[in-house]
Amino acid sequence: MSKRSILTKGIIKENPVLVLMLGLCPVLAVTTQAENAIGMGVATTFVLLGSNAAVSMLRNIIPNKTRIPCYIVLISSFTTLAKMIVEAYAYPIYQSLGIFLPLITVNCIIFARAEIFAAKNKVTDSVLDALGAGAGFTLALFAIASVREILGSGTWFGIEIPWLRGNNISIFTMAPGAFIVLAAILAAVNKISKGALAQSDALCAGCPNAGICGKLKAAPDESGKPDKSYDSDRSDEQIQQSEEQR
Amino acid sequence: MEFDIKQIIIIIMSAAFVNNYVLRQFLGVCPFLGVSKDIKSSVGMGFSVTFVMIMASAVTWPIQRYLLDPSGLEFMQTVVFILIIATLVQLVEITLKKFAPPIHASLGIFLPLIVTNCAVLGLTISNINNEYSFIMAIAAALGAGLGFLLAMLLFTGIRQELANANPPDSFKGMPITLISAAILSIAFFAFEGVIENIFGK
Repeated sequence: MSKRSILTKGIIKENPVLVLMLGLCPVLAVTTQAENAIGMGVATTFVLLGSNAAVSMLRNIIPNKTRIPCYIVLISSFTTLAKMIVEAYAYPIYQSLGIFLPLITVNCIIFARAEIFAAKNKVTDSVLDALGAGAGFTLALFAIASVREILGSGTWFGIEIPWLRGNNISIFTMAPGAFIVLAAILAAVNKISKGALAQSDALCAGCPNAGICGKLKAAPDESGKPDKSYDSDRSDEQIQQSEEQR
Repeated sequence: MEFDIKQIIIIIMSAAFVNNYVLRQFLGVCPFLGVSKDIKSSVGMGFSVTFVMIMASAVTWPIQRYLLDPSGLEFMQTVVFILIIATLVQLVEITLKKFAPPIHASLGIFLPLIVTNCAVLGLTISNINNEYSFIMAIAAALGAGLGFLLAMLLFTGIRQELANANPPDSFKGMPITLISAAILSIAFFAFEGVIENIFGK
């Protein structure tokens, strides 16, 4: 895989939010304003960059059995760092992101990139991968937040939009608006790509939530039969499968 | 320790209904969308999350109060809390497996997935941010857990009906699920102001 494709695949083909549907909590919560979305995107990219680089450097040292706790320590350390930097230099954003800043720790995207990519690749590749996934995440957040801010408050980056300012649809700034906008954007992605951007299960395997997501991906089967995908060993199987596919 | 029953009820009700973790605060959306396929698993997930939330609140609150605060280590909160939750979940799983196999059989499969559920970490951090007392923290955990269970149950019902629906092609799968979640979220607006009216705050 060329360096360029490692960098660009996270932006469109494997966009963490719009194609893989990872880390939906911050996507829904902080996208009331474009400015917050960019802040969240940059903070997440920073943590992703740090954790991918660190995991990649330590990939031959971390034992396989205890890798998840090791990743948790690395990721939460970088999150703490990001939280302190944002608090020091961008206090208004720190206030509006609130609890979602420390919650970058449990963002699926970061686990997924560490497990799937950084644990098996060189440092430079891992850094490029982190930049790509971070950019994809930031772009998705920015798109959703722009729609919500323009329709919901009639502003964009705080700049008033003449007609919309007086005719804002305030439900878009509230909780249901987040679900609606994300649904509409996902539907648009489906429509434009005509299913070409099919969700790849492989990337989900790294996420400790793989059991849940794995079930999510098996969406066509609506029979309601309890399947075995909750098994915690499943993630290992999935990783092996994804390796074989590769 | 101060014990105010009215305040406790207010905390439980507001965590469960008014500020529902999934539908109003977007914490724990992944399991909400992922596990709400059949009633049995959503009940299992709901009770596991409630259980872990109460345990996690009971352990993290004293650690913050008596260990991190006096030694000026508040900035270590995120690292310490996530490690505690991860360890706790493992511990609970092992204990249940050994001493209560029937419960483990029904809840055990969900436990490893809860480690990275942002609702649990979010709850423990917001307990500290809101300066709750120990009892209040436990009450908030109970309310948040029950609210999660309620949202899961309602959404499972909707999804089972949704399986028979025929939305436009581009909306099939995830988008239509999110639209249903939006409608359920609008329904939860009905709880706005309920607490002030009942308890005359």
